[in-house]
Amino acid sequence: MSDAVIELRGVEKHYGRFHALRGIDLAARDGELLALLGHNGAGKTTLLKILLGLTGASRGHVRVLGERPGTPAAVASRARIGFLPENVVFAGGMTGREVARTLARLKGRPVAESEALLERVGLTDAAARPVRTYSKGMRQRLGLAQALIGRPRLLLLDEPTTGLDPVLRRTFYAILAELRGEGTTILVSSHVLAEMELHTDRVAIMRGGELTACDTLPGLCSAAGLPVRVRVQPGDGAAAQCLFEGTWPARRQANGGVELQIAADEKMPVLRWLGGLPDGAVTDVGIHTPSLDEVYAHFASAEGEGA
Amino acid sequence: MRGVLVMAGREIRAGLRNRWVVAATGVLAVLALVLAFLGSAPAGEVGADALTVNVVSLSSLSIYLLPLIALMLSYDAIVGEAENGTLLLLLAYPVSRWQVLAGKLIGHAAILAFATVVGFGLAGAAIAATGDVDAQGVYAFALLIGSSVLLGWVFVGVGYLLSAVVRERSTAAGLAIAVWLLLVVLYDLALLGGLAVTGGSGLIGRLVPALLLLNPADAYRLLNLAGLPQVAAFSGLAAAGRGVAAWAPPVALLAWVAVPVAAAWLVFRRRAL
Repeated sequence: MSDAVIELRGVEKHYGRFHALRGIDLAARDGELLALLGHNGAGKTTLLKILLGLTGASRGHVRVLGERPGTPAAVASRARIGFLPENVVFAGGMTGREVARTLARLKGRPVAESEALLERVGLTDAAARPVRTYSKGMRQRLGLAQALIGRPRLLLLDEPTTGLDPVLRRTFYAILAELRGEGTTILVSSHVLAEMELHTDRVAIMRGGELTACDTLPGLCSAAGLPVRVRVQPGDGAAAQCLFEGTWPARRQANGGVELQIAADEKMPVLRWLGGLPDGAVTDVGIHTPSLDEVYAHFASAEGEGA
Repeated sequence: MRGVLVMAGREIRAGLRNRWVVAATGVLAVLALVLAFLGSAPAGEVGADALTVNVVSLSSLSIYLLPLIALMLSYDAIVGEAENGTLLLLLAYPVSRWQVLAGKLIGHAAILAFATVVGFGLAGAAIAATGDVDAQGVYAFALLIGSSVLLGWVFVGVGYLLSAVVRERSTAAGLAIAVWLLLVVLYDLALLGGLAVTGGSGLIGRLVPALLLLNPADAYRLLNLAGLPQVAAFSGLAAAGRGVAAWAPPVALLAWVAVPVAAAWLVFRRRAL
C-alpha cells in the first residue's frame, strides 16, 4: 500500500487515560471517496486532526501523501490537501473575497483562483460582504471553496453538507464527483448517511475510538449478515400463508402481504421461484436491500459488538 | 517566509478593518497633542524647550496607556482564534505554527508601531512647528517614540504569552488586566512602600536599580526620564537613575520583548488543538 494517499497502521491516540483512538488501520487510494461514519465522540475528528498533523498520534504508523504528519515536508505537502472543518468559521470582519484571497496566498496560489472558486460555489454576489453577515449555508460554501484551493489531491471534509440546501448539496456532490474523476482522494466524515450511500466507494465505521468496519456497502451488508427483505403481495389473501410454507421464513404484514427475510445471495433463487408461481398468485413484489442506515446501526451501536 | 508575510498582512488588514489602527493612532495623537498644548505652558519659565517638557509629561501618561492598548490588541491573538476555530483551519494550510505565530506577532507589532510613531510623531511635529526646539529636545522626543514602540511590543509579547497559555478568551482578558495592574501600578507602589519603610537604606535601597530594570514600565521610565540630564532634572528621576548604566534600560526592554515571545512560542508549539 505504499502508493496509498492515506495510510494508517495501528494508530492510537491517548489523552491521559482516555483512549480516543485504538488500533486504527485504514488506507485510501487515489480517486477514492471514503465515508467516515460514527457517533459523536467516536474519534472521527481526532482521526482527521492526526491526518493533518494538528495533533500527533500516541502510537502507530501514519502517512499522508507519503509524508509523516508534523514534519516540515508534511507541512509543505498540505498545499495539496483541502480541509473543511465542522462548523467552519472565518475572521468575522473580513469579506468573503478577502478570506478566500488570503487563504489562496497561504497555499501559494494566484488570487484569481479564489475568484473562480467563489463563483463555483455561488458566492460571487456576496463576496464583498463581511463574513459575519453570512448565513450558515454561505459560510459552508465559503468553506468548500477554500478547501478546493490548489486542486487538492486529498480532501478531508468534516460534516460538509451541514447547512446546505438541497440544490447546493447536489452541486456539492457534483463537484466531488468531478474531483474524483481527476484522481482526488476524498475522506468525508458525515452523519447524513442516506446521502453518502449514493456517492461513496467505501464506508469506514467508527465506534468508541475503534474502526469496527471498512468495506464497500455490499461488502458491509454481507459482513453484517443483514437480511434482504422481499415483500410479496399474494393475489389471494387466504392462500398467502400456505404459499411460502416450507420455503423461506415468512412474516405476515399488516396489509395482508408477506415479508421474506433472505440472505443477499438468495435474491435470484427467490425471484426465479416467484416467477414459477401460477398467474395471479402474486400481484406485487418489492426487494429491500439493507440501507446504509441499517448497516451503520449494526456496526456503530453496541449491538454490533463482535461483528 | 510567504506564510509569515501572509499572516502579517492578514492581521494588519483585520486591524484596519476593525478600526483598531485608526482608534489606537487617534487616541495616542489626541493624548500627545492635548499634553503638548496644555502642558507646555511652563516651558518658558523653566528654560527648557517645548519638546523636552513634553517628553516628561507624555512618557508619564503613555506608561499607563501603551501597555493597555498593547494588551487589548494582543490578549486574544491565539486563544481567540483557537476558541472560534479559525486556528484549526489556518494550521491545516501549508504554514507551520511558528509562521502563524510570527506572522500574527509581526502584524500586531506593526499596527502598534504605526499608531505610536504616527500618533506621537504628529504631536512632535506640531510642537516643533509652534515652539522653541533644540537638538536635545528632538533627540529626547525621538527616544520617547522609539522606547514607546518598544514598551508597546513588550506588552504585545506578554499578551501573546497569556493568549498561548489559557484556554478561554475571558481568562486571557482577566489575566491581561491583572498583568497590567501588577506591572504598571502595583509594582511601583510596592517598591515605594519598601523604600518608605526602610528609609532607602538596606537591601531594598541597594536593589532599587535592579528592581527598576526588572519591570518594563520602570525600564521605560528610566530610559526616558533619567537618561538625559535635562529631562532627568525635570522629572525628578535623576536620583533613581544613578547606578543604572545607560545601556541597561534599552537592554531590559529588549529582553522584555524577547522573553515573553519566546515563552509564547514554547507554549504554542505544544498547544493541543
